[in-house]
Amino acid sequence: MSAADEIIDLPSAADDEGLPPALAGGEPGEVLLEAKRVTKVFGHGHSAVRAVEDVSFDLRTREVVAIVGESGSGKSTLARLVLRLMPVTSGTISLAGKDVTSIRGSELRDHWRSAQAVFQDPFASFNQFFTVRRLLMRSSRLRAVSDIDLEKALGHVGLKPDDVLEKFPHQLSGGQRQRVMIARALLLKPKLLVADEATSMLDASLRANILNVLSDLRSEVGLTVLFITHDIGQACYIADRVLVMSNGMLVEQGSTDEVIFNPTHPYTKRLLADVPKLHQGRTEAG
Amino acid sequence: MTAIQAEAGYAGDRKLLVSARNLRAAYSGPSGDVVAVDGVSLDIGEGDVIGVAGESGCGKSTLGAILSLTARPPLRVLSGELDVDGEVQDLTRMDRLARTWRGSVVSLLPQGALNSLSPTVRIRDLVVDVVRAHQRNTKRSDALDLARDRLTQLELPARVLDAYPHQLSGGMKQRVVTVISTLLNPKLLIADEPTSALDVSSQKNLIEMLQAMLEQRIMSGVIFITHDIPVLRTVSTRLAVMYAGKIVEINDTETLVTAPRHPYSAALLNSVLVPEPQLRQRRVQSIPGAPPNMLSLPSGCPFHPRCPYAMDECDEEFPPHVGSPSAYSACWWAGKHEGESLEVTL
Repeated sequence: MSAADEIIDLPSAADDEGLPPALAGGEPGEVLLEAKRVTKVFGHGHSAVRAVEDVSFDLRTREVVAIVGESGSGKSTLARLVLRLMPVTSGTISLAGKDVTSIRGSELRDHWRSAQAVFQDPFASFNQFFTVRRLLMRSSRLRAVSDIDLEKALGHVGLKPDDVLEKFPHQLSGGQRQRVMIARALLLKPKLLVADEATSMLDASLRANILNVLSDLRSEVGLTVLFITHDIGQACYIADRVLVMSNGMLVEQGSTDEVIFNPTHPYTKRLLADVPKLHQGRTEAG
Repeated sequence: MTAIQAEAGYAGDRKLLVSARNLRAAYSGPSGDVVAVDGVSLDIGEGDVIGVAGESGCGKSTLGAILSLTARPPLRVLSGELDVDGEVQDLTRMDRLARTWRGSVVSLLPQGALNSLSPTVRIRDLVVDVVRAHQRNTKRSDALDLARDRLTQLELPARVLDAYPHQLSGGMKQRVVTVISTLLNPKLLIADEPTSALDVSSQKNLIEMLQAMLEQRIMSGVIFITHDIPVLRTVSTRLAVMYAGKIVEINDTETLVTAPRHPYSAALLNSVLVPEPQLRQRRVQSIPGAPPNMLSLPSGCPFHPRCPYAMDECDEEFPPHVGSPSAYSACWWAGKHEGESLEVTL
């Protein structure tokens, strides 16, 4: 309990106003990210695991695209490939027209400025001994950061700089921590934000808030979001398009309405049938 | 109506299985005791699956620990008793507890159960250990037969007994742990976040298995603790919503989900994201503010600072239980608006 003791009440982001994420999209811009026949194989010979196999997709500017699939379907590996945290085995990835498949050194650092990520566990991504200010200032290793930048980035996620900058991570609630992580990513003014299960560890009541923040960022700063989740409800709420992965392969992609309410691939149908509903009665077994 | 009256009897139409009365427990810490569960009473009927929902830190898991008789320091039970078929166990005296109660009367399926298997022990050795802990002279072969029968009965492959944990998938591990924790036919199974680490397909498998176990009378009642309301909707017969260590609303799942009578239940339900077409037409609201600091709870109803319906009474006195003992809402609003329910957007 001792960590919870000191959590301070902060005003939550002004998430009450604004458009529903599904309607906030508007016309997508030009192609930002393009993945062509991307394959990633771990190990070799008999023990080779084809974690991502022959995956092609593109993301347009200001789009929110969700990748859904079961555990082990290769969603997170794909995210790491896009972020260039690991090399692809074959295929190409390009961001804003530039091939980033095998860049190194300063070019790779440029790529990391353009593509930022927020991961699942907001606690694990903090250094417990650093204040929020010190944590955020570490971004200056990739881009010069001023106090005004800090304020702006925190403002985008609905936090007041004076409230959080001198706090330690254990003094923030889970939702606040995740918002600080998003602010950290925003400091680098990325073109692409990869959210890998960014809301999975949060309570349902906070989850909506983070999703609204992500959605609003697209109109505020023109952000493109690749949202990776196993929760179809979240994908349904926030995404313009949905890609479905199974066993490393992309089995279906299309607009959220098509994929979630009118799936064609048997795997997608099965996945959707397994999702517990709130209002369409109990499962057949019940 | 007061909390005392709510304990008075079980008004459900099922036979009473286990009755927990006036549970109160605290964690001792450097800055004083934190009462994590405060005056919870719960009646579980035969065949009941009671869902317990609430935000992180509301006391759900603590309630699970008390009911499963596994409370240990720094958690102390301050008061409470468990009534099983007329046999009353005083929960403050854990040392007086008959050892056979754990596992055969109540059994816990702990949070993160799929990581609770030792990586170097085959499933079959764990099974033998579990059975022998209760019936010391059981033959190894008898224990294994019991487990094998149980697995076949639930349509799981019996060969998992020969496997090491790493050879099983997450969903299979969770189901195996569930089978092992119910080997001794407990009356009540307390499942703490059993589905939270699983993907939807494994979740569904586990839920179907739990329902099969109830039908086959392997256990007679389940307390299902999770923050995932859509899962509770599919599995539970009754739903209890907890806030700041208290049950603020309890009712039939159907009624509570469609017509909540406590603003907190309504807010929880409104923040649920399920893939239904209406979801794409609205902006989901999160609950404003943060859960209260358990060391210094707000006066009166602990939810009032975040509540859109807060009235003058709300910060003065804890609201009474409105309704019957088995279906009530602890809320001043519900008291003034009899028969009305709050709006759920979806």
